[in-house]
Amino acid sequence: MDLTTLTIKELSEKLRKKETSSVEATKAYLKRIEAVEGKVHAFVTVTPDEALSMAEAADKRLAAGQGAPLTGIPIALKDIFCTRGVRTTCSSKMLEGFVPPYDATIARKLKEAGAVILGKNNMDEFAMGSSTENSAFHKTLNPWALDRVPGGSSGGSAAAVAALECAASMGTDTGGSIRQPASCCGVVGLKPTYGRVSRFGMIAFASSLDQAGPLTRSVEDAAIILQAIAGHDPSDSTSIDTPVPDYLASLNKSVKGLKIGIPREYFIEGMDPEVEGSIRKALDVLKSLGAELVEVTLPHTQYAVAVYYLVATAEASSNLARYDGVKYGLRTKEAGGLLDMYKRTRDAGFGDEVKRRIMLGTYSLSAGYYDAYYKKASQVRTLIKNDFDEAFKSCDVIATPTAPSAAFKIGERVEDPLTMYLSDIFTISCNLAGIPGISVPAGFTKENLPIGLQLLGKSMDEETVLRAAHAYELSGGWLGRRPTL
Amino acid sequence: MSIDKKDVLKVANLARLALTDSEIELYTSQLQRILGYVEKLSELDTTGVEPTTYTVPLKTAFREDRVKESLSREDALWNAPDEDRGCFKVPQIIE
Repeated sequence: MDLTTLTIKELSEKLRKKETSSVEATKAYLKRIEAVEGKVHAFVTVTPDEALSMAEAADKRLAAGQGAPLTGIPIALKDIFCTRGVRTTCSSKMLEGFVPPYDATIARKLKEAGAVILGKNNMDEFAMGSSTENSAFHKTLNPWALDRVPGGSSGGSAAAVAALECAASMGTDTGGSIRQPASCCGVVGLKPTYGRVSRFGMIAFASSLDQAGPLTRSVEDAAIILQAIAGHDPSDSTSIDTPVPDYLASLNKSVKGLKIGIPREYFIEGMDPEVEGSIRKALDVLKSLGAELVEVTLPHTQYAVAVYYLVATAEASSNLARYDGVKYGLRTKEAGGLLDMYKRTRDAGFGDEVKRRIMLGTYSLSAGYYDAYYKKASQVRTLIKNDFDEAFKSCDVIATPTAPSAAFKIGERVEDPLTMYLSDIFTISCNLAGIPGISVPAGFTKENLPIGLQLLGKSMDEETVLRAAHAYELSGGWLGRRPTL
Repeated sequence: MSIDKKDVLKVANLARLALTDSEIELYTSQLQRILGYVEKLSELDTTGVEPTTYTVPLKTAFREDRVKESLSREDALWNAPDEDRGCFKVPQIIE
């Protein structure tokens, strides 16, 4: 019995029945990491000693008949979540040696639930990218095809889950950074409603868009993790203070009569025929389960990428001002005075894409340009949000492809930032509107590359999103498909 | 609106980035292209549209005025590139 192939649900049941232990499962995952990490490169840091001691503690809880569904489950975290005593780099030279003195709320909640943390996953530097090629340390490769990207920015998390290096991983999603890599790697990726999950201790990129969520091998597993991490946090004033529903209770309800909106702007001429074919088939499956397909319109879709790259970079330019070589992170040695130290430290510590976005954000916020760029983009953001409010009057969830194509080749888009930005064309609007979204595996191309179905829901309605995704997953026929490494 | 080398240098200074000459060349052309793309927003008439900065209703988060533990000085200085007698140390500011 290979413990690494089990879902969280399955492993959790075995742990409770004492058919295995958390230490055994953790050892199996550490062995798997040792075996495939040389090919996939999904981690920045692996922490075997810490993981084994967490597993021992979890086994004690389980032996005493205590513990939550996550107790003893080996997982990983994107290297954007602060972990006390464990290096947290954001895949940047700026934070290469940064060891946080506190835990992110998510890390704390997962530890309290008894999860075992195996290590920290690679990512695009400061979560800026769609391919994980912007990591300052190494590229992560797609477990389905080692010459392809795993998507990004949570590419290490998605690849690690697909390659059976962890049962699940936590990622973050600012413009698609959970859903797009999930789609590329054939796993489930959930971005909750903005504010549903605390951002405290999650290194900031664009504060009005960033949201954390799980990457898992089943929709049910995503619901289990969301249950453990959702809720108000006094340390994050933008986290929403409303009760957390029981996500598992509604998961198995029928989708009969559920109205699924199909936005005509997302099915345009020229889109990848293999992607379109798979999504159309997925919609047929949902229809055969009793869901009703309705056409909806999101007329401002074509402006979303432009709005995103103005809003996100403006917020980033301000958030990343904190990296000044004073309190933590890199400081260049050869600096003259204070100002020179700031400038040289930032030039040496940030990679190319991060600098490009800081430059764009600083420009659009600077005197004389604010109204034309940042303010204009924020107004169009309102129009995009209104589109969703309008569309959700006639449907319960909206279905689209997660990405316009399957995983692209390594190096294919690095020279051209704008083409790279367009990889996020189907995922970005969801962040601008603050609504929840999920990517669930929905087939493969002829080259055996995964394709993802995206389901978007009303604000705070993760239950319906999870229910529809779960129903599709059970009937779609892709559950349990794994890459051979 | 287009962006030239002079603008890029000005922005780099505002962003506190000591860019190399080749970076300035590169960013000038790439930012020109990106700004050209976002220009499409001007097609839309947004007169009277309220900007959205957050998608959740923001209200001032009040809490009890209670003393609680904060990071210890030792923890706060844990990652300091340079420190002196319990303080962060920086290069000379005043000549």
